[in-house]
Amino acid sequence: MFGSSQKSAQLAEEVTDFTAVQGRSLWQDARTRFVQNRAARTCVLILALIVAFTIFGPYFAQWNNEEIDWDIMGSAAERGMPSFATGHYFGVDDLGRDLYSRVIQATTTSLLVGLVGAAMALFVGTIYGIISGFVGGRADNIMMRIVDILMAIPTVLIIILLLVVAGRSFFMLFIALGAVSWLSMARIVRGQTLALKHREFIEAARASGVSEITIMYRHILPNLLGVVIVYASLLVPEMILAESFISFLGLGVSEPYTSLGSLISEGAGTMAYGTLWQLAFPLFFYVTIIITMFFIGDGLRDALDPKDR
Amino acid sequence: MNKQTRLLIASFLSSTFITGAAFAAGVHPTTGEALADDQTFTYRILDEHSSVDPQVVEDVSGAEIVRDLFEGLMNQDRDGNLVPGVATGFTTNDTKDVYTFTLRDTAKWSNGDPVIASDFVFAWKRAVDPELSSPYAWFVQLMSIENAGAIIAGETAVDELGVTAIDDHTLEVRLSAPLPYFAQMTTHATTFPAPQKVIEAHGDAWTKPENIVSNGAYVLTEHLPQERSVRERNAMYWDNESTIVDKVVALVINDENVALTRYLAGELDRTEVPAGQFPRLQKEHPAEAISFPRLCNYYYTFNLSEDGPEAFKDPRVRQALSLAVDRKIITEKILAGGQPEAYTFAPEATAGFTVPEVEMSAMTQAERDSLAKELLAEAGYGPDNPLTFNMIYNTSESHKKIAVALGQMWKQKLGVQTDLGNLEWKVFLETRGNQDFDLARGAWCGDYNEASTFLDLLQSDSGYNDGKFQNTRVDELLASAKIASDTTKIYTEVEQILAQESPIIPIYHYAGVYMMDSDVGNWPVDNVEQNWYSKNLYKIAE
Amino acid sequence: MIAYIIRRLLVAIPTILVLIIASFFLMHFAPGGPFTSERPLPPQVLANIEARYGLDQPLWKQLYDYLFNIIFHFDFGPSFKFKDRDVNDIIAQGFPISLTYGALSFLAASVVGISLGIAAAIRHNTWIDYVAVGLGIAAQALPNFIMGPILILTFTLWLGLLPGGGWNGGQWQYLIMPVIALSTSYMGSIARITRSSMLEVLNSNFIRTARAKGLPTRSVIWRHALKPTLLPVVSYLGPVFVYVLTGSVFVDIYFSTGGLGQAYVGSALSRDYAVLLGVTILYGTLTVVVNLLTDLAYAWFDPKIRY
Repeated sequence: MFGSSQKSAQLAEEVTDFTAVQGRSLWQDARTRFVQNRAARTCVLILALIVAFTIFGPYFAQWNNEEIDWDIMGSAAERGMPSFATGHYFGVDDLGRDLYSRVIQATTTSLLVGLVGAAMALFVGTIYGIISGFVGGRADNIMMRIVDILMAIPTVLIIILLLVVAGRSFFMLFIALGAVSWLSMARIVRGQTLALKHREFIEAARASGVSEITIMYRHILPNLLGVVIVYASLLVPEMILAESFISFLGLGVSEPYTSLGSLISEGAGTMAYGTLWQLAFPLFFYVTIIITMFFIGDGLRDALDPKDR
Repeated sequence: MNKQTRLLIASFLSSTFITGAAFAAGVHPTTGEALADDQTFTYRILDEHSSVDPQVVEDVSGAEIVRDLFEGLMNQDRDGNLVPGVATGFTTNDTKDVYTFTLRDTAKWSNGDPVIASDFVFAWKRAVDPELSSPYAWFVQLMSIENAGAIIAGETAVDELGVTAIDDHTLEVRLSAPLPYFAQMTTHATTFPAPQKVIEAHGDAWTKPENIVSNGAYVLTEHLPQERSVRERNAMYWDNESTIVDKVVALVINDENVALTRYLAGELDRTEVPAGQFPRLQKEHPAEAISFPRLCNYYYTFNLSEDGPEAFKDPRVRQALSLAVDRKIITEKILAGGQPEAYTFAPEATAGFTVPEVEMSAMTQAERDSLAKELLAEAGYGPDNPLTFNMIYNTSESHKKIAVALGQMWKQKLGVQTDLGNLEWKVFLETRGNQDFDLARGAWCGDYNEASTFLDLLQSDSGYNDGKFQNTRVDELLASAKIASDTTKIYTEVEQILAQESPIIPIYHYAGVYMMDSDVGNWPVDNVEQNWYSKNLYKIAE
Repeated sequence: MIAYIIRRLLVAIPTILVLIIASFFLMHFAPGGPFTSERPLPPQVLANIEARYGLDQPLWKQLYDYLFNIIFHFDFGPSFKFKDRDVNDIIAQGFPISLTYGALSFLAASVVGISLGIAAAIRHNTWIDYVAVGLGIAAQALPNFIMGPILILTFTLWLGLLPGGGWNGGQWQYLIMPVIALSTSYMGSIARITRSSMLEVLNSNFIRTARAKGLPTRSVIWRHALKPTLLPVVSYLGPVFVYVLTGSVFVDIYFSTGGLGQAYVGSALSRDYAVLLGVTILYGTLTVVVNLLTDLAYAWFDPKIRY
């Protein structure tokens, strides 16, 4: 079963608890610094509240996410506005379905898509980029040409193929998003690695006989983390948007499930028709997620910047 | 401008009209309405047209442009009746398999050349020529012109096509089978003439605005793909004096909501109304929101092939699902554009088709629901053995809404679990064509105004029968309808079998739901095929 | 340096060749073909069409013919959907449009984004920082598919200032909304990357040293901090430049600009193989060139990178 709230909560925890990896003073320092950052702290709290909302919100819902309110259906603009009397706290969508339940479900989906997609890009892109940049020479050339080729293949084509040939599922959606999103990450990491690898401290490490792999892991990686994490936090909203583009093509999450991106685009289409809440609520959650991701990313950057020690 | 001067100008201009000049700011010759100075008609099209080559065009918006640029043997009037085009008339023999058309000698191409019978011969041979490989070659075959099938198959030379220019103004067509409605088919774009010299000089590029030569009331003057195409009055057209609209602009606007916004901002004279918005727009713009029946249906088809689910092999299950669909909710609450509810496959608007009494249409929804529950229980499905299946539709906001509503109706009334599959268009077609579904959306617009254009879809060996419905009685009936003089009884029986067997669930029949600026005169709302000609329109002064 | 450029360009040729071959096969794997339609064509008619376009040939032969025509005739084949035009026509018509509003958007996004980011970093934790960050977030939070309808409603329907769509040879009235819609989300990202990169640089030892030496802040920033700050920004800008051209499908849909973004996504959805391949090759070439430029820019920004 996809989209279960526990999973996303766990995930969110794992990501926000990124600093909790034990046993290295660098990480402990980072944690202290992160906790001291007020903006980041507040944002973690807000994100936690959103996650909590996706978990506990359904208990307060009077309608589930697929039930149609036949009475209101067809007159959403006149009678479908947010109201406690009808039990539709966020109003209804064009079909008369409860927007409260749909927004909860959409937030869960989008958080999951954003975090998993960005995490995949982070892992694959960073490893690929470091190896390419650090090893250099012919390997770098070949690896970057591969990225060039993959980047130049139309995203739409890759997504259509993956989702169509392999069948539509949440797992394939993540794979498809991951497959198209790690490329820029790889290029950025490689660029940074190139810049770092001629720094004095790397030369020094090499001169003192530290193995190449250790240099990569111990010296290059920590120096990259700032940029990488900021970029990953940028990727989260991009993944959420990419998902809505996929839905736009008809390959995204299937009804009755939905995502913030598709709710926003539906709401944006009908915003002139007197049903502004259909845009406002999903947009509010979307913007909140982006803002919190921004400050968390920022806080992580400050916390992880080894130069600041 | 005060009223007097306007009248003065109007009378001045209407007097010049007699001498053959354009109509700008005159009055309409028959209705007497004052005409606007600017006779430009601007409308929205959803997508870029495929082509303006009459033998190649395959989409609706392309055909609309082609009907303005070229003129065939016959045209349709605002009610869809046949009126003379390039031909002044035709005669046919007793067996109705030889037709002879007389062409008017005033018809000219936009370069001044006369339109002669051999232009039609050239065009029709072109349409079946494997070298051009027109996607509408089958239409000529449908017209039953002698040897058409063999030429398409490459077995016979193109010159063997059963069409001859007896002289410059006489065209003879020989058919392989009698066809009473042959002349009706000459209003279709595929049968329009083509300028041989121009095509030979420019090849595929002949349809570019700088090369194109056409014989209709308009010539193509500008084409910016994915943005706009402009056609302007053709001074060489034989009936140019009666043309009122000077310029027609088709704007490509993919998003219907944006199109509506631009309409409201005054940039368009016509656009489609997004689903569900009609009641509001009608209230706010009563003179502009219009709705009229179209020749199209909307249905869901069961997969009855061997790959289909076992449950659907039981007609009671199919009937139960069809009964439980509250069509009123779909037509009134989702679409809300004046679409008629459908209980039969062929729409009521079809010429010569009387909607037969089917049991379901006489019942109330409550009666239908309880019968549906009974039937489903009889078939062995209930809470212990719930019916589950998937249903597929192609990506579109309104298809999605209807599919969701259907799923909820079945779930709430019958406890049926549906799995919705929203597929990208080509994938959808492939999936449906390969019978890789349980229940699939379908829609069909009539190729011609006769019930067989719809009912033939459910013939056992029809290439369009994606549900693989097989019924020998239906096949017999449909075959007999081809030669019968009175088809009412035959079609009634077919529809009754369909209601009984329920291979499909008819949902609704289309309506043309437009925002049409009130200054557009003479839009043919009664033409169910919506074959409209810009030359018959006019812009009223506001 | 020159040798490096030549070497890279030589490598680009096989890169693009591999791209063509990969896309070609990928495309033919996608379900449905160019002539799959609501009303399936009679087999004989379909056979004629496929014969005309050579689709009845084995795949390797189709690929060979395709490459042959490109290399020797610079002919990228016909469009299966828009039969009046071929791929060369479609690209010649759509690309200048995409390039115009794409380049303007890119310029707007980078100039505004970088300025905002630098301003925010220099005045870290002041109101300027907060305003810049707020603007960046606002810009990013309004993706172009919301921007499209909002802009048209505001400027066309309510204010009546701008035409609701079209291109009209790229007149400025027709350019404003597409450029705003396309540039804003990238503007936000660029501002953020610049800001964080600048902050990092300002904290680094050499800047501290420069400051400690008593150099005026202005000179420290322009002379010393700017170049290293822009390094990660440049590597983000490279892909963005290609994206503003490829990712403009929303702009083309909402503003009917007639650009290549719509033609490109449309061709993928309608399986218009030759158009899809043609545009892919164009974007592929563009990507390769932009990546090369990005790498060269690296060398300029950071002399320690050697080629």
